[in-house]
Amino acid sequence: MSTSQYFIRRVFISIIVFFGVSIVIFCLARLIPGDPARIALGPFATKEMVEQYREALHLNESIFIQYKIFIINLFQGDLGISTYTKRPVLVDLISYFPATLELVLMSGTLMILIGMPLGILSGKFRDTFIDHIARIFSLLGVVTPSFLWAIILMLFFAYLIPIFPVAERMDERLTPPTIVTGLLLIDSLLEGNFKVFADAFSHLILPALAIAMPAIGNVARLTRTNLSDVYDKQYIEFARSYSYSELKIATKFALKPASIPTVTIIGLDFALMLGNAFLVETVFVWPGMAKYGVEVILAKDLNGIVATVLIITFFYLIINMFVDFIVLLLNPRILKN
Amino acid sequence: MNIFKTKLFYKYSRNPLSVIGLSIVTFVILLAVFAPLITPYPEHVGPFTDFANKSKPPSWKYFFGTDKIGRDIFTRCIYGYRISLTLGIVVLSIAAPIGVTMGLCAGYIGKKTELVLMRITDIFLAIPALVLAMSIIGLLDRPNLLYTMIAVSMAWWPWYTRLIYNLTRSIKTEGYITAAEIMGASKIHIMFREILPNCLPSLLTKITLDLGFVILVGSSLSFLGLGAQPPTPDLGTMVAKGASLLPDIWWYSLFPGFAILIVVLGFNLVGDGLKDMFDVDV
Repeated sequence: MSTSQYFIRRVFISIIVFFGVSIVIFCLARLIPGDPARIALGPFATKEMVEQYREALHLNESIFIQYKIFIINLFQGDLGISTYTKRPVLVDLISYFPATLELVLMSGTLMILIGMPLGILSGKFRDTFIDHIARIFSLLGVVTPSFLWAIILMLFFAYLIPIFPVAERMDERLTPPTIVTGLLLIDSLLEGNFKVFADAFSHLILPALAIAMPAIGNVARLTRTNLSDVYDKQYIEFARSYSYSELKIATKFALKPASIPTVTIIGLDFALMLGNAFLVETVFVWPGMAKYGVEVILAKDLNGIVATVLIITFFYLIINMFVDFIVLLLNPRILKN
Repeated sequence: MNIFKTKLFYKYSRNPLSVIGLSIVTFVILLAVFAPLITPYPEHVGPFTDFANKSKPPSWKYFFGTDKIGRDIFTRCIYGYRISLTLGIVVLSIAAPIGVTMGLCAGYIGKKTELVLMRITDIFLAIPALVLAMSIIGLLDRPNLLYTMIAVSMAWWPWYTRLIYNLTRSIKTEGYITAAEIMGASKIHIMFREILPNCLPSLLTKITLDLGFVILVGSSLSFLGLGAQPPTPDLGTMVAKGASLLPDIWWYSLFPGFAILIVVLGFNLVGDGLKDMFDVDV
């Protein structure tokens, strides 16, 4: 298989899975007991109003036709009207999703920047004091609920030692940059507004860290295990006999083969972090998907719920494709199977 | 056979962390079972109010302090363990059998069955577990503990399908499976009596590890207000209630949070110990 064939295959599989997810979530939304029209209009609506609503939303058609209409609308960017916010769902997503996206991407960066070095230190100094500390840290990262991390980080670094802000995405006294991507860091850089950039950055650190903690633990643990295995290989001894520095051996010869399994599970870590984002956003009053998602769920807004699941899944699938391509770069041998 | 004298137990007990884990898990289970005898104020579990003692910091009278309406947080944490452990056990007794059966069928029967079952599994795995569980609760009626259990189970079974599928594929090439086939054993017999027993070490390890993580996800859902409803003493709900009172009433969210941490840590350490003991990879 050539690289381009691999690309096409990978994209194709993702599209199929996305369709599958849309079918599953659509069926769940339609087949669960309760009349969507009645739920949307509330208990005081008259029978005629409910009937009219059913007609307008094609709820009287068979489920296959309903799904067909749903998919056609989806491709035209029409996800329906949210019965909770009374706005088109797409408009809601555009206003809430970038905040979550920025947070999760930042968490992903922290996961790599902290998790990998931690794992390398641990693997390099196996069974020493450093290793024990790093392992306890990773273990606590994995088993602590991320909302607890959020609360602990907030108590320590926002209240006890007030170096980071407590809530929201940026200081309300600053003028927000014009929305291009919706990501404050990028938008402020595009305008050259470094004050906003720095402010948005300091708002991001604590929530992003709270989200990333379990993933950091996973990455560090896995890197340690793999690095330990690689260190037992002969070519590492060979490199030592050539008197390469230990740092170079660790980062150049040992890290690349050892990082393949770690990178492979980074996709899974993103699933974890996307879920955790909902928890941490609640603590830090982040104006992202969590607030929207939980509110549409409590309001039983079917269009809102379906859209929330679809956009999160869509983003997760993209991340996974990206991860697979990185794995391919690290390990081109997978093309042979 | 005395279990404490077996080779496996010796192997398990060599790792101090595993022993600590086992002690934590045993301790938590005992606390949950004997909650009415241990806790100082069992009546604080329900809709009890004592405004004279509201929002008291931790003291000898109230180990973990009291909440906004004067209930002892220590008592409610211990009772919270009952909810968490029940959730973990119920979810896994729904998710594991479904996942295992699907994994066995997909792995052993193969062909179209494999294709269909594994695609369905992939689709469910493509939605982050917490998000899937949340949306299922949203689509069901008002949130409650039962719906949380159903939702988490529906998000959890694909992992068991994956695990058992991979194991089955490697086990089915073994000689004893061919032997059973030649003797004319039925597919059901081969799947459940020949293959499944050989998956048990991995399965047991996975279930132990997952007990912790299911409790974690369950408490995350109730943290979002999508789990057991007040006045049920749920750990996640307590953290959420306390989070809005930070930083002044810090004990209200921190202690229930640490209670979750402890139980997840316990199951995780035991799971890791079993992983080393059976020498399996999950």
